[in-house]
Amino acid sequence: MPVATPAHLARIETELHRQSRLRTIYSALGIGVLIVFMVFGFNSADEANAGSFSDGITRLFDFPAEIIRLSFEAGWSWFGLLWHYFPFLLETIHMAMLATFIGFVGAVVISLLASSNLITNKLFVSTMRRLMDFMRAFPELVLAMVLLFLMGKSAVPALIAVAFHTIGALGKLFSEANENADMRPVEGLKATGAGWLQQIRFGIIPQVLPNYLSYGLLRLEINVRASTILGFVGAGGIGEQLTANIQWTYGADVTAIFVLLISTIIALDYISRWVRGRLIGTGSMVGA
Amino acid sequence: MTPHNGRSEQLSQQYAAVIHPSWRSRLAPLTIVAIGFLYLVYLFFYFDFANIGDRWRTDRAQIFALDSYAYKVHVETKWRDISKLKVALEGSRWETYKTLPSWIDQQADGSSIIDMGDFGVINLTKDRIEMNWAEPAKPIIIERNTDGTLKVLEGRPLPSWMRISKSKIDIRPDLFARVQITGNKVLIHRFFYGWEYFWFDFDSPLAGYSFGQTIDFIFDEQRQDPARSNLDFVGHEIWTNSLWLHKDVYVALMQTIFMAVMGTVMAAVLGLPLAFMAAYNVTPFASVRFGLRRLFDALRGIDMLIWSLIFIRAFGMGPFSGLLAIGVTDTGTLGKLMSEAIENTDKKQIEGVQSTGADKMQQHRFGILPQILPLFISQTLYYLESNTRGAVIIGAMGAGGIGLQFLGALRTGTDWENVAYISIVVLITVMLMDMLSSRLRRALIK
Repeated sequence: MPVATPAHLARIETELHRQSRLRTIYSALGIGVLIVFMVFGFNSADEANAGSFSDGITRLFDFPAEIIRLSFEAGWSWFGLLWHYFPFLLETIHMAMLATFIGFVGAVVISLLASSNLITNKLFVSTMRRLMDFMRAFPELVLAMVLLFLMGKSAVPALIAVAFHTIGALGKLFSEANENADMRPVEGLKATGAGWLQQIRFGIIPQVLPNYLSYGLLRLEINVRASTILGFVGAGGIGEQLTANIQWTYGADVTAIFVLLISTIIALDYISRWVRGRLIGTGSMVGA
Repeated sequence: MTPHNGRSEQLSQQYAAVIHPSWRSRLAPLTIVAIGFLYLVYLFFYFDFANIGDRWRTDRAQIFALDSYAYKVHVETKWRDISKLKVALEGSRWETYKTLPSWIDQQADGSSIIDMGDFGVINLTKDRIEMNWAEPAKPIIIERNTDGTLKVLEGRPLPSWMRISKSKIDIRPDLFARVQITGNKVLIHRFFYGWEYFWFDFDSPLAGYSFGQTIDFIFDEQRQDPARSNLDFVGHEIWTNSLWLHKDVYVALMQTIFMAVMGTVMAAVLGLPLAFMAAYNVTPFASVRFGLRRLFDALRGIDMLIWSLIFIRAFGMGPFSGLLAIGVTDTGTLGKLMSEAIENTDKKQIEGVQSTGADKMQQHRFGILPQILPLFISQTLYYLESNTRGAVIIGAMGAGGIGLQFLGALRTGTDWENVAYISIVVLITVMLMDMLSSRLRRALIK
């Protein structure tokens, strides 16, 4: 109908204009609400805080400046401090390593049980998923502090807490990897009469292992940070040393610990990125 | 030689490296596993796992477990005058009952019969206590001599749960019932299931009201407090509960959520523009890019915890320091991630927008932003969830909020029911945030 077309197009155009105007209004409203929320939020948080923002902003760099000044005063003995705190750093790294290992093994088991393509019982799978959600939701600190009370001050309660959280966090990622795995190898193995464990071992694990390891390495980095934090509540390691020194403003010690911590985190970041690159590289070659 | 054999020979030649791997490739995984195993053995001794049992405090675990789902009522009296019974919740001075509960029956002569529920009945008379426990059937009778020493008159052979020391007799037939007798006083604990006074505290006029009674009270014409309606009064009483501190807990919870949300919003608002400025296909100045890259590294390399310590030093304890710590750390992470994403965007879309005569700003808005928006939204929502957990942790380190409440409850060493309560609140909050962020993610990114 050639006559009706212009009117039709005009209607579409007005509708288009109307909608784009609406969108602009909505976006402006959204940004406005965000700004009001932020301003109001900052103000109310500022009031709830012990010191105010305007007072604090001038003092923001006082503490860093102070500890750096104290470190320079310490002179060459500062390097001795690095050596002194190194064993504590090692303790924290050991904690993170073992917690990641336990968490990794636990996560592999629980993720295989929580993958809907490997387990047919839907109820069981969803129960396992809820269990993982629960383990993931538990902040390490809450569990660690209760365990520290029950087991006395040592690294072990913190280790258990970190491992517990790791099982949940890695388990979720692993089960997603499992569910994305190609099922044809499993079917092939099933045809040869392989049992469930054999199907997993030869059909799934070779496909997902690079992913597992790369997630595990990422988690190791997170767990080093978590283990440091737990040192603050009495789990030992470098975190415990840091709290004590910060409280007394032993500047040189604080900077020595910071340097150790930050260089460990950066080193781990680089190592894990390098290994992950290699793992996923070989993984994709196997897939291709 | 059959053709079949020829084929297998061909295969074995073709895949010689797979069928007969070299020693090196066979040994490499074994070596890694062996080193890992040795490391684990070393850690086993390093953390002294062999003696872990010695450090485990069963008594503390029992108290913690029992206290988190049950409460106890202390009945205390001095031998000097057994008609004076002090009945108090958890033995607290502030929660002493003014009238005796129904399970204590005091006689005219001052003696009393204390019903211990399923576990038995205790008869307390002058210088004599008779306990009829469900098991064993025989009563246990203890008398106090004039010189203050105690004597077990009847009940031998003594059950294993009865401990006698020089100055004290401790009887615990069940986890839920305990009697301690010394030369000058008797202390009876009776445990009950549940969280007592969860809604209305001990001093509230509504203490001990059941749900039905509360409903009746709300619809009662007679006002408890002339200044406010009964519904308002009920709300006020629950909110100001002095035992469970609902007000403090939920205000602190709000602070924690607020810290997480505001910190994430701050990171998103700061991180996205900075990410654009650090991407080579947007910013032509290499020095700006280099500076921003190193800034991102510094912000994210210095841990959230260390940031929170620095901000607490500057701004004092409180949620503001917490939200800054979260915001600053995630600005670094988000900035780095998004700038990489911007550099990886498809050029064709930008060129398409450019061909319509759009200026630089419009090219970024319509050429790049739509490509990175899904990643940006999903990452930000992911941070929202992990920051909720982070806010609890840095809260306990001094930023305030529910983390600090939790630490406070734990440090008292007695309020285990509060510890359990706050843990549950935290757990539910984190799980809800998790659900909310994954729902939003699914709704926004189809």
